[in-house]
Amino acid sequence: MKRKRMSRRKRSHILYGYLMIAPLAVGLGIFYFYPFFKVFYDSFHVVGAFNKTSWAGISNYAAMFRDRVMWSTLWNTLRYVIVIVPATLALSILIAALLNTGIKGRSVFRVIYFIPAITMSTAISMIWRWIFNGDFGILNFILSKLGIPAVQWLSDPKTAWITISIVAVWMNVGYEMIILLAGMQGISRTYYESASLDGAGRFQQFRKITLPLLTPTIFFVLITTLISTFQIFDVIYMMINSKSLAKEASQSIVLYFYRNAFEYSKKGYASAIAIFLFLIIMLITAFQMKMQNKWVNYDQ
Amino acid sequence: MNKKANKKKTGHIIVYIVLLSGVLITLGPFIWMLLTSLKNQSEAIRVPPVILPAKPVLSNYADVFRDVPFGRMYLNTILSSAVTVTAQLLLCSMAAYAFAKLEFPGRDVIFVTLLAVLMVPSSFFILPQYLIIQKMGLLNTLPALFIPNLFSAFGTFLLRQFFMSLPSDLEDAAALDGCNPFMTYWRIMLPLAKPGLVSLGILTLRFAWNDLMWPLIVNTTREKMTLTAGLAYMQGQYHTNYPEMMAGAMMAIIPLLILFAVFQKQFIEGIAMTGIKG
Repeated sequence: MKRKRMSRRKRSHILYGYLMIAPLAVGLGIFYFYPFFKVFYDSFHVVGAFNKTSWAGISNYAAMFRDRVMWSTLWNTLRYVIVIVPATLALSILIAALLNTGIKGRSVFRVIYFIPAITMSTAISMIWRWIFNGDFGILNFILSKLGIPAVQWLSDPKTAWITISIVAVWMNVGYEMIILLAGMQGISRTYYESASLDGAGRFQQFRKITLPLLTPTIFFVLITTLISTFQIFDVIYMMINSKSLAKEASQSIVLYFYRNAFEYSKKGYASAIAIFLFLIIMLITAFQMKMQNKWVNYDQ
Repeated sequence: MNKKANKKKTGHIIVYIVLLSGVLITLGPFIWMLLTSLKNQSEAIRVPPVILPAKPVLSNYADVFRDVPFGRMYLNTILSSAVTVTAQLLLCSMAAYAFAKLEFPGRDVIFVTLLAVLMVPSSFFILPQYLIIQKMGLLNTLPALFIPNLFSAFGTFLLRQFFMSLPSDLEDAAALDGCNPFMTYWRIMLPLAKPGLVSLGILTLRFAWNDLMWPLIVNTTREKMTLTAGLAYMQGQYHTNYPEMMAGAMMAIIPLLILFAVFQKQFIEGIAMTGIKG
């Protein structure tokens, strides 16, 4: 009797198991797994009118290596990553650490700092574009009061990428700070208590306790920022228009992919760029898996 | 002792100065956006700049509705975000429950395979997704905005973790009472998973409301655009009319700001949770 009931339960698990994952699995299959392979396929083809494809061998990849714009796009993207990731991380650790000192009004600060993280990047870019406006922008006015001559923040190819990096950091800090602060609050108070009995100052406590115990969270934040910054798009798309002198000097990989796919109608070429980006992300992920055990202190 | 207390006090003052300048840098742009949206064009571009509008005007807000179908864009964004959030919560939680609690052949292999999506940048899929939507004849329709976003590997992963942390006793009892696995999920486990659902709902809403690239690609007629694509369009068309653009941006961000004001705790904990789980 008992045996029969068990097997009925087993059978219903199997039936319902498949039924309950079916909608998700089918949806992911159509809209993610099929596209995944389609990108590889397209990258070896020329996609013409009416999306007819014709075999192109490795010509899209060969074109990519010869494409001067592709190389400058790669360089731009690396430059964004090198500036934005460490700056965001440093600032968000600083703010989280200051908020973790037990000062009054912590929750108010936390809410305010978080506001940019829930604001659409499109709107944020519009505001900053106005603030950074070379002729009428408030920033140049403030700088002129300090005796600094006007900067063409967005139209000068030399400064456009810096301006974009500033905005990106401003957008990211609050989000990361929340995650880091949650990590800091997860560290047991007893560590700090015994450290201060031993006479360790605040800064020493931060260096000797907070930072080492926070490495899993820092590592997580580092990797997610790294991956998202490699895909920077919104801010550049909104702040630099396609007629700007700074267009090429500020263009990122994803933006160049977007333009090839949807503005220049070079879908095969765009697919090759997408695969290039995918390989970069895979490298970061592999690095993450390898380094996780080496650097990160998980025992707590 | 006095010296030590003094030192602590100056330390606190420095902390406040740093934090308050951070607040100024964070809120300054929003305040400037609001002030600009209340000025007329000539006042906005005066040199040297006027900080406060001499006579605040609301006409820029009305102009946004005159120049672009802003009401429609609002509606499109609300509908597409609502459908995305609801569908993700349903589909992800249902699959997550099956992956966490039911036993069926190939379960773990299928789960790991689906998770592979998380390793691929989202823009990677966009071109074929666009071609599928095009083939379905759905370009420039409301469903185009949300269809690929209904299915989330991330959401399934997040909720599976959550279901795994719930004890199995209740399910066993339900099974003995004759509940089939779907009924157990729907009536017993789903209500228990509420914190996880809230977290995922908030993350999804934040994404759906603010996403730019996908809506920009699929819907190019103004009546079918979301607010993000609409703002991008406005900037292309009226790129020197800053007060009007600021009014449009202001209106586009307000709904989420209000939601955030009401559900601060859930927003912040929802985000913090992803970090701890990660």
